[in-house]
Amino acid sequence: MNYTSKEIMVLAAARQIKNHDIVFCGTGISMLAAVAAKHIYAPDCVIFFETGAIDSKLEKLPLAVSDSRVMYGAQAFCTLVESFSFMQNKKTGANIVGIIGAAQIDPFGNLNSTMIGDYGNTQTRFPGSGGACDVASFVNTNIIFMMLEKRKFVPTLPYVTSPGWIKGFDTRKKMGLNPQGPSAVITDMGIMGFESHSKRMFLKEYYPGIHPETIKEHISFDIDISTARETLCPKAEELKILREKTDPEKLILN
Amino acid sequence: MIDIKNNTKVMALEQAIRQYISDGAHISIGGFTLNRNPMAACHEIIRQGIKGLHLYAHSNGQGLDELVGAGAISKVEIAYSGNGRFAPTCLCFRRHVIENKIMVEDYTNFQMALRFLAGAMGVPFLPTTSSLGTDIINKWGFDTTTRIKDSRLSSKKLVVMENPFSRQAPGEKIVLVPAINPDVTLIHAQQADTTGTTRIKGLTFSDIEQAKASQTVIVTCDELLEPGIMNHDPQKNQLPSFCVDAVVHVPFGTYPTACFGLYDYDAQFLSLYRDMAASQDRFDAYVKEFILGTKTHARFLEKACGKRLEQIKADPETGYSDQIKRG
Repeated sequence: MNYTSKEIMVLAAARQIKNHDIVFCGTGISMLAAVAAKHIYAPDCVIFFETGAIDSKLEKLPLAVSDSRVMYGAQAFCTLVESFSFMQNKKTGANIVGIIGAAQIDPFGNLNSTMIGDYGNTQTRFPGSGGACDVASFVNTNIIFMMLEKRKFVPTLPYVTSPGWIKGFDTRKKMGLNPQGPSAVITDMGIMGFESHSKRMFLKEYYPGIHPETIKEHISFDIDISTARETLCPKAEELKILREKTDPEKLILN
Repeated sequence: MIDIKNNTKVMALEQAIRQYISDGAHISIGGFTLNRNPMAACHEIIRQGIKGLHLYAHSNGQGLDELVGAGAISKVEIAYSGNGRFAPTCLCFRRHVIENKIMVEDYTNFQMALRFLAGAMGVPFLPTTSSLGTDIINKWGFDTTTRIKDSRLSSKKLVVMENPFSRQAPGEKIVLVPAINPDVTLIHAQQADTTGTTRIKGLTFSDIEQAKASQTVIVTCDELLEPGIMNHDPQKNQLPSFCVDAVVHVPFGTYPTACFGLYDYDAQFLSLYRDMAASQDRFDAYVKEFILGTKTHARFLEKACGKRLEQIKADPETGYSDQIKRG
């Protein structure tokens, strides 16, 4: 079966989404994963965007969460204040699954999407939190999307934009955040989880044809690969839907 | 032709910007990344050479980037500066931050939305648990002198305290984020009437809170209506007339960003912009040719979009265009 690393990555993330989930997604590849989940695995899941569009028709892939394509055929609209409130209120708070990306990640799933250098003496600037820090602070299930590169998987972050498991163990809960930290990191080579006690990242799955040692070499901190197993190979039908229905314009899969 | 005799709110864009925005003003612009940015108003600010502005936004893209690139902005409080697929990080913004030409205070989207809401409510702050344990709390962009010097700024970026209503001791931590009350908020709506009643179609983002938090509100609109017509569907109107100080009729006023139901973003122009924003020299040439070189938004539109105008017009059913090439 021929597929690209982006395709298996999108499908791996989409498989994490269950039919009753309310999926919050950002832009780019995380949006593609949410739409793929709806097309393939979880037709009844509800996708919503921080911009306030709920259960959008998504006939065409939006290029940003503000794209008019998220507005067409939506079930309801809300404001920014209301969209983040859905992640916290009693009724819906526990059912929200977040999918977010970042520029850098540390061993406890904390994320940087703000800058590299010293704050005030910036070497590189990224867009900033947007809603990512809010999602990472509030939701019970948070899936992180990252391309596997040494400069992205780093022992310490120059700027912590979004909270993961903070420093591991119960430090996140003590901080006053929702005690549930990130659940998975989906990369272009494999999937990481967080160890149940220490909350340190470990390799959970590697994609077919990728050696776990290769994944280790792409990470700037030590990672346990001893329990990793191979990810299911994408099925022809899944790839067909992804290519023909989810991103036929190849806006993200290109 | 609408009769605007004795109407003091309906005015030309050039007059609205000149009358309400001066050097050093605290402004807020509506829209979200590549949708419904008040671009005509931003360009007029650049044409008039206004400098030293303090800009508040949550997730802004094109409007913020052009204002920053043109040197109109000295300080920014935002959550996100990106333009979707066209600029994962806004290019002029990135360059000006790295070169220390603007000061930035980073918040989250929810925090910025709460800050506008607090301003609209007339309360000094609102609480949230978002950002506990992060550098949003630990690292501050504005130094104390900057905060003391400008009385319109809050004394602190934010405050972490214990929930005073907690049943446990010590109480859970919460983050208080300060209200924003801009001098002027600029938004674009699909429709407004000559009294200022405003109707945004599609998502409103935080535009309405931004407007209600502000001392002065300038609304540019695609369609300007006689008073009374919009009163037939009041549930569709977000701003009553008394919230609005200036109403400016600017068709395609958010171009090159999208305006739901009327026109899409111009993907081709945004790609061209990406090349022009890549260096300051090229961006300066862009400003000279496209903004200073066109006296009005209509001329800018003609120059930037030209014959593509028919392609970006939205399908009335979907609210966007299927005719634009996005790849």
